Amino acid sequence: MITVQTDDFDPAAEYQALRDSGAGTGAIATFTGLVRDSGDLQGVTGLYLEHYPGMTEQVIQGLIDQASQRWDVRKARVIHRVGRLDLCDQIVFVGVCSAHRGDAFAACEFIMDALKTSAPFWKKEITGNTEHWVEQKASDRDRSEAWD
Amino acid sequence: MNTETLTVRFFARLREELDTESLEMAASPDLTTGDILAELAARGGPWAQLQGDQPVMIAVNQAMAKPSTPVKAGDEVAFFPPVTGG
Repeated sequence: MITVQTDDFDPAAEYQALRDSGAGTGAIATFTGLVRDSGDLQGVTGLYLEHYPGMTEQVIQGLIDQASQRWDVRKARVIHRVGRLDLCDQIVFVGVCSAHRGDAFAACEFIMDALKTSAPFWKKEITGNTEHWVEQKASDRDRSEAWD
Repeated sequence: MNTETLTVRFFARLREELDTESLEMAASPDLTTGDILAELAARGGPWAQLQGDQPVMIAVNQAMAKPSTPVKAGDEVAFFPPVTGG
């Protein structure tokens, strides 16, 4: 299931929901991304996140489908926030249930890496009195391409 | 949107710098997304960046596309900077 929302989310509740994926599940891997104080700029106090409604969900569903073809994925959950976020706020949640830990780790990391370079979200960093659209990083492209 | 035009949408930095969320364009025969970029870039000013040094990503009907991708009346074309979510 994929949700794009302005509201915060509860990783504990999401984890409990992932547990309800049948007795064949032996591993759950989750990732949570937070707003950090330094990105392209230092002294970041918040972010503004924009997305392309409709396309975002289609792209992420495609990534879950790809992950399900490569690894044992019993259930996957992706939440991404948009709008104005403050320092230390949660931005993104990815959770994957698998029979074994290797598949859970790999599928979770793949979905997150590929999301960063293919899902149509854009971050604007906000500092005291400036705003700056974040540039895509070569290191993120490298991580995503490493799964090809 | 009608049967003669297509919709072009812009996101993030491009939306702000072009001061445009979306526009309608005539859908001529044998049109590609590259043709649309060239036509819009010819407006000059901030529009010139659509064929500038910075990469512009392209989607047609909400799927990633290329400058060679054909488009027709009723399609939704989008141009945006490389994505930075997560």
